[in-house]
Parts: sequence; C-alpha cells; structure tokens
Amino acid sequence: MVVVKKSINFIAVLVLALFSMFSYGDEIQHKPGNKVDTAEEINDYIAHHLKDSHDFHFYTHNESGTHYSFPLPVIVWTSNGLKTFMSSEFHHDDAGKVIVEKGDVKLVKLHSKIYELESGASTINFDEHHHATNAHKVLDFSITKSVFGMLLAGILMLLGFGALARGYKKGKMIPKGFSRVLEPLVIYVRDEIAKPNIGEKKYRKFMGFLLTVFFFIWILNLLGLTPLGFNVTGQIAVTACLAIFTVVIYMFSGSKDFWAHTLWMPGVPYILRPILAVIELVGFVVIKPFSLLIRLFANITAGHFVVMSLIALAITLKVSFGPVVSTGMSLVLSLFIMVIEILVAFLQAFIFTMLSSLFIGMAVEEHDDHH
Amino acid sequence: MYNLIGAGLIVIGGGIGLGQIGGKAMEGIARQPEAAGKIQTAMIIIGALLEGLAFGALILGK
Repeated sequence: MVVVKKSINFIAVLVLALFSMFSYGDEIQHKPGNKVDTAEEINDYIAHHLKDSHDFHFYTHNESGTHYSFPLPVIVWTSNGLKTFMSSEFHHDDAGKVIVEKGDVKLVKLHSKIYELESGASTINFDEHHHATNAHKVLDFSITKSVFGMLLAGILMLLGFGALARGYKKGKMIPKGFSRVLEPLVIYVRDEIAKPNIGEKKYRKFMGFLLTVFFFIWILNLLGLTPLGFNVTGQIAVTACLAIFTVVIYMFSGSKDFWAHTLWMPGVPYILRPILAVIELVGFVVIKPFSLLIRLFANITAGHFVVMSLIALAITLKVSFGPVVSTGMSLVLSLFIMVIEILVAFLQAFIFTMLSSLFIGMAVEEHDDHH
Repeated sequence: MYNLIGAGLIVIGGGIGLGQIGGKAMEGIARQPEAAGKIQTAMIIIGALLEGLAFGALILGK
C-alpha cells in the first residue's frame, strides 16, 4: 500500500514537471506563422521570457498565428495625466508599430516598455542604435505579469497562513490539512535561521520579516517553475527591493555596539580607525545588499535560461541528430535540470533569509567584553 | 570575446573555491558525522557568499 502511494506521488511529480516543460517549449515556439529554428530566434525568445511583459501569454497556434493569452491592465502616468487601458489594445505588438491614442497622448509598446510619442509625431523613429528618437518612457504602474505573480503569491500566503492562524485561534494545537505543511517550515525558519543568528532574546521582533521574505521568495521561485511562466525573482527590481528592506531593517535596528564597532572600531590604532569606518560602512550599505540581490537574481535567471536552452536543444540539434534523438536528449536533460531547480528554489529562499538574519544578528548584537 | 574569457576565469575561480568548501566539509562530516548538520549550514552560507562574488563579477562583466 505504501509503495503504491509513493509511486503515485512520484508519477504525479513527474507528470507535473513534464507538463511545465511542454509549456516552456510552447513559449519558445510562439512566433505566429513560422516556427522558430535559428539560434538567434531562440535567443530572442529566451530573452523575451526573462523579461517582464504586459500580457499573459500561454500559447500561439503556429498555422493560424492566433494568440492564446489574456491581457493585463496598463496604468501609466503620461504628460497628460493618468491613463488606464487593457494591454490587448497593443494587439501583441512589441516593436512600437501599434499606436494607442488616449485623449491627445499617443502610446506605443517597444521591447515590453511603454513609450509616449512626442507631440506631433505619428510614427516612432529610431537612431542607429535602435533607440527611439521621438518618444520617451512613461512612469509605468501597470499590473504586469510580475506584479500579477507577486499578488498571486500574496493571496496564496494570506490563504495558507490565515488558515493556520485561525486554527491556532480556535485552540487547536495540531494544525489540519495544508497547515501541517506550513507549521514545520515556520518552526524551521524560527529554530534554524532566526534563533542561531539573531539570538534567543531578540529574534521575535524580526520573525515577521524573515518569514514573509522566506515564503515570498520560495513561492515565487516555485511559481517560476510552473507552466504559468513567471520570472518574478529573476527581475532585478524585485530582488533589489527585497535587499533594500533588509538593509533598512538592520540599519535602523543596529545597537550602540554595532555603530561603535562600525564607525570607531575599538582596539585598533587611531590612524586606522577612519579607514576601517569607511570600509565597514561601504560593506554594510553597498556590498552586503548588492551581493544579496545579485545572488537571487542571477541564480533564478540562470536557472530559467538553462531550462529554456536545454528545451531548445530539441530544435537546434534536429538537423544533425534527427528528431527522436534530439527530443530525447532535451527531455532527459531538462527534466534533470528541472528537478535541480526545485532544490534551488528552496535553497535561494533559505540563503536569502539566512544571510538577512545573519546581517540583522550582526547589527543587534551587544558585546559584553571590552577590547 | 574578452568577456567570455573573463566569464571562464570567474567560473574557474568559483569552481576552485566551491571545491575547497565542499571537500573540506565532506572531510569534516566524515570525521565527525554528528556535526553534519552544523557543517552543512556553514558550508551553504560560505558557498552562498562565494556565489555572490562570482555572480557579481559575471553581471559586471556582461
């Protein structure tokens, strides 16, 4: 019985992994009318997937060129005030050809960014570096795919942890259903990450941030592996924001000892103290958050890039090895990398939380000894 | 071209570093299996710090 149950679980996981791989494959092949077969085109599609977009694209039928996607709202602040409309008005155009007129403002979409044409211009012009000459970027508050992903993660967290909290409120000490998965993880973050790094006395104040960041990153990393095709934690703006949260928290909760040790290190010759202060300050304000944000961004981007490149093997190797061998190779390799990616999704969330709590621990630590 | 050579150098450096960390951690765990958990956590942290450096260099070089 146990064996049957286990193998059912295994098969379910396998089917899920395969399903998401097919969906990635669709994304590679989504050019209307003709199939993708050159290396440049594949690179284009991978770059397109790694970027944020204004609509939610699932699948394009190759022969008819019909897109199966749903639009997301565009909210932009133009020179003539706030404009809102659905991204379907751009008709999947990404080269600045379709012009949307709202009042007296003309908007185009170019490489997933929205530009406003200067007054009097009717088409977008480019210089030799393919930069627009008669249009400028607008302040974009749109619900893009990444924003949608973050909202989805927020709702999932609210549902999951809301249920867990309601269970505790009713006085049930043993959670039921999905809460049983969440409780050990919360305890893991508390006992293995927060307590050893921040210390028994002070860890409680930071649990809210650490738990939120852990589950936020983890859920978004896992959403990135589903057929929905999110790449939220692979957007540098998202990871930068998370890193800035960490910096603000440890800078504002720094103890007296932390500032003394940073700005006027006791126990070193007086001449060295200003130099050390500069080094320490740069370390805390620039280098630590920079390494936090680059690590998460680069890991997730590299992961998505590798998965899509391995799926593209089925197309690039078809000429030299035949369809069966190339498809088999890309299937086996990308399944292997997908499984690794599930591990990386957890590991990166763990590392981010771990290093955040390590930095917070450094800042709140109080020294009893005097050098 | 040059940034590809640079990327290669970064990967070599990072590989040597990760190898050192992993190898020493294995040695430590083999000597003291009861400390495996602690060694693993420390190993992952140091690995992550190294990774931050290597990725930082890769992104800057791009």
